[in-house]
Amino acid sequence: MDQAELKAEMEQRWPDLAWRSSNAAALAGEIMGAPAALPELCGHLFLERKLGFAGLIVEEGATAWQLRYVFYGEREREQVHVLVETPLVGKTFPSIAKFVHAADWHEREAEDMYGLVFTGHPRLGDFILHDDAWQEGVEPMRRGFDAAAAERQRQPDADWRPRRIVHERGAFVMPIGPKFSGSAESVHFLLETVGEDVIRATPRLFYKWRAIEKLAEGKTVHEALLLAERFAATTAFAHGLAFCQALETIAGIQVPPRARLLRIFLAELERLRHHAGAIQEICESTALVVAHSQAGILEEDLLRISGELTGHRYLFGLLAPGGLLCDLPDAACAKALAQASAVLQRLDELEKRLRAVSSFLDRLEEVGSVPQRTAFVYGLVGPVARASAVARDLRKAQPYGGYEKLSFEVPMEEEGDGYARLRILFAEAGQSVGLMRQAVAALPQGLGAAARSSGVTPLPLRPGAALGWVEAPRGAAFHWVRLDIDGKIARYHIIPPSFANWHGFHLAVEKFAFQDFPIMLSTFDLSVAENDR
Amino acid sequence: MSQWVLHGILRGKKTTAYPARPETAAGVSPGRPVADHYPVSALEALLARCPTRVFSSRDGQITADPRRCIHCYRCVRGLEPPVDWSNTYEWALAHEPRHELGRAFRGSIHICVVDAGDCGACLNEVKQLNNPYYNLHRLGFFITPTPRHADILLVVGPVTDQMRPALRKVYEAMPAPKRVVAVGACALSGGVFAGSFACARGVAEVLPVDVQVPGNPAPPLAILHGLLVATGRQVPAVGAGSKAVPA
Repeated sequence: MDQAELKAEMEQRWPDLAWRSSNAAALAGEIMGAPAALPELCGHLFLERKLGFAGLIVEEGATAWQLRYVFYGEREREQVHVLVETPLVGKTFPSIAKFVHAADWHEREAEDMYGLVFTGHPRLGDFILHDDAWQEGVEPMRRGFDAAAAERQRQPDADWRPRRIVHERGAFVMPIGPKFSGSAESVHFLLETVGEDVIRATPRLFYKWRAIEKLAEGKTVHEALLLAERFAATTAFAHGLAFCQALETIAGIQVPPRARLLRIFLAELERLRHHAGAIQEICESTALVVAHSQAGILEEDLLRISGELTGHRYLFGLLAPGGLLCDLPDAACAKALAQASAVLQRLDELEKRLRAVSSFLDRLEEVGSVPQRTAFVYGLVGPVARASAVARDLRKAQPYGGYEKLSFEVPMEEEGDGYARLRILFAEAGQSVGLMRQAVAALPQGLGAAARSSGVTPLPLRPGAALGWVEAPRGAAFHWVRLDIDGKIARYHIIPPSFANWHGFHLAVEKFAFQDFPIMLSTFDLSVAENDR
Repeated sequence: MSQWVLHGILRGKKTTAYPARPETAAGVSPGRPVADHYPVSALEALLARCPTRVFSSRDGQITADPRRCIHCYRCVRGLEPPVDWSNTYEWALAHEPRHELGRAFRGSIHICVVDAGDCGACLNEVKQLNNPYYNLHRLGFFITPTPRHADILLVVGPVTDQMRPALRKVYEAMPAPKRVVAVGACALSGGVFAGSFACARGVAEVLPVDVQVPGNPAPPLAILHGLLVATGRQVPAVGAGSKAVPA
């Protein structure tokens, strides 16, 4: 898509709009629109232009609301932000969910956090703030929010019951969670059925909501980085990186070349470890005990490799805005690469073995299928989307941090079933090791101290806002950061991949038998912590 | 199917010798800061550098409270001089000597794990206990989904507001005698989430905690040590402070 062409078409179809071209990397432009034109405009970008919907970012300014709808495409400079600004007194906006189904949960979130009203939205209410925990009217992300008062007026709805959808004769509900299974994350499922098959599955999330976006406000960037790393620590490095990239965009600084490559090396090491863990969970859900153990050994191997290389098994304490907090010696990186390659070889062996076990394949094939069209409409991301032939990988679509200089493939599958999702995980693990190898080979050698230093480019504190994004192991992650005049966090909004994929999870479960539920859950590769924030 | 059995056997034994012998493999623990010999003259820079107030000084002696440490490594990276770092993992604390659970609990302890707002890392480390490297079954520990069968309640996370009722219900559903093991900096002091209106500063605000396992996340061997401390089969680390971590 050509920027000028898009601009011309937009101006022709919606003459009232103001198009603001942007010099920012990756951003084609911002469209300032009136609320009334919103649904149609967003629908056009999403359904006809086939842009991905990243998310809705709400900001409460001094006098006006600013709603920012972020769309992104498959090539560089294909981000389009649709902006709506209205005075604070009005709180009503038209819902775009009718055209952009992927925006469904984003509008529910904005309703819960800011008390905004989206007319035409099919289902608002009990979402992040549970109705049986908090009264109506608690709007925690508003500027004047008084947590003590909200606590004092605490009035949970004791009679709250989940809404049942299936009313057939003999229908009943199977509630699962929030505490269920051995060591599963806390989430509640309502499975509605009349017998064997799940007719309707409704996950109730946010039991683990820690309000970290609120907590980050007023903090320094270094304090907020701790939150970015730790809100979903199985993919800590990816989220920390997205946060740091947002800060670096605001400050307009470049990261030293060595630090850029080391960041890629570490991000891919994390992806490899995460995928090994996800493969282990799939083996566990199918009760294939030896394969479960073998994959478990590989995950622990990768945790130990990470620990030996960096000191921390989940790569905490490495990132700093502007670079890395510490350098990693070439020899240590080479050793970690050799160890990771050995793990990959064993993963490949495991895959070959698994492919030969018919009872294992029977439980994955044509189970939890998500067709391409549905995956697109729901805005699924990551390995789950790629298993349904939706080509979305931000490392290719919106290159960041030096990925544009490295060669790798984005594995794709078409079936969209559990087995396709497993194959994607194996294939991506191989690509990750390839990227690690390229990063190590490209590390600057024998140059002056300045070029070799991974160091940190000093971060000038200045106000501004920017979007940082990474392809996290579970998919596209976007971090919106606004700094105030003192360089403190004024607004921090995280759009994690699990938020998109939990929204579509019920697609995989419905019309399938109860006993396949754990398999769907494991192949969908969801994190509750990442979603709940 | 027989190929799996053969394959498993051919892969050899991976299981750690701990607790009979210490585990010496690299990368099993993130370690923790030790400030005993840190120069008092540089104390101010150290205190300013630590985001969670791990360090304190009394009578010219600097001490580090491991329960607050969130492994940001800012006291070793980018600080001169860096603090000493210990790579141990036997750091579970118990507040007070309690009567033993009894002989019946020696060989078979059932653990109910509750995620009360965990970031996923501590839970992932608990999950590792079930893999061949740690194999907690060999020590008579079993993870059970139901509180009715549980002897130990293992809690991770700072206890979010919306998980508080579920956590209480699980505790109340457990038969006595029972023990509560709080795992991870968040479960002990709130960690980085301390101060959020939507969660508590750790499990101690909700339930009586018997054993505290520091770490962010607590590595599998530290959790194992905590479970052994809870059943009286290992001694707790010294330096257990007051019952709760001061706010």
